[in-house]
Amino acid sequence: MFEGVPLTWFLIVATIMFFIGIYGFLVRKNLITILMSLELILNSVNINFVAFNKLLYPQHMEGMFFTVFVIAVAAAEASVAIAIIINIYRRLINIDVERIDEMKY
Amino acid sequence: MTTNQFMFFLFATIIVVFSVLTVTSRRILRAATFLLFVLVSTAGLYFMLKFNFLAAIQLTLYAGGIVVLIIFSILLTSQIAEKLEQPALTKKIFAGLAAVIGASLCIYTILLYNFIPSNLPSIGTNVDTIGQALISTGKYGYALPFEVISILLLSAMIGSIIVAKKRKD
Repeated sequence: MFEGVPLTWFLIVATIMFFIGIYGFLVRKNLITILMSLELILNSVNINFVAFNKLLYPQHMEGMFFTVFVIAVAAAEASVAIAIIINIYRRLINIDVERIDEMKY
Repeated sequence: MTTNQFMFFLFATIIVVFSVLTVTSRRILRAATFLLFVLVSTAGLYFMLKFNFLAAIQLTLYAGGIVVLIIFSILLTSQIAEKLEQPALTKKIFAGLAAVIGASLCIYTILLYNFIPSNLPSIGTNVDTIGQALISTGKYGYALPFEVISILLLSAMIGSIIVAKKRKD
């Protein structure tokens, strides 16, 4: 209990956000919107880490450092993904996942 | 209802509503802006939990870095005036079904599990403690992951420069 807000509320919000991200990941076709759904998923995991850290183990800092590392990995992943997307756009003039099948056959 | 509960509900509502708008909006620049709202209210949750340093990282790196990067790449690769095409109805139904079933299963499990909250005092997350932990090699030290993440960031930077560079041919 964190001054009236129990842990389960944080977990439920993070769960809903995670599955909204999953929905976007499955439904979207544009590569950049897929990347945005991925950011939602990573962010919901971060909320889980922080809530566990604060409400169950306040004498440690594991959750916080995991969140910092997840944010760093997300930044690296976003930069590489956007470089690849720009390169794909330069060659094929579109970034729809269903039309990018150059390497398929 | 205490102030904490009110703030929590405010942030939770913003997060859920704008997450839905992020994945359903058909204008891609608006979707990026809604993502920014989600990330900023997540930083609000971190501030509520008194993780000030983490909230600052969230604001500068996510909201200030990644969203700006995404918006730049949208401006470079998409026609912002035209709407994205609507996904097929069957795809929507099955993806929505997967999301709803997964979410309800997870929430059911969370509600069933009995978490035992801790009453110990918080260690505090001032920058001094964090910095000591990041360079310490002993117990609860994070020197090795810190170095690994530095190398990852360096290689990601070099890799993305090389991938996005214009070929001479």
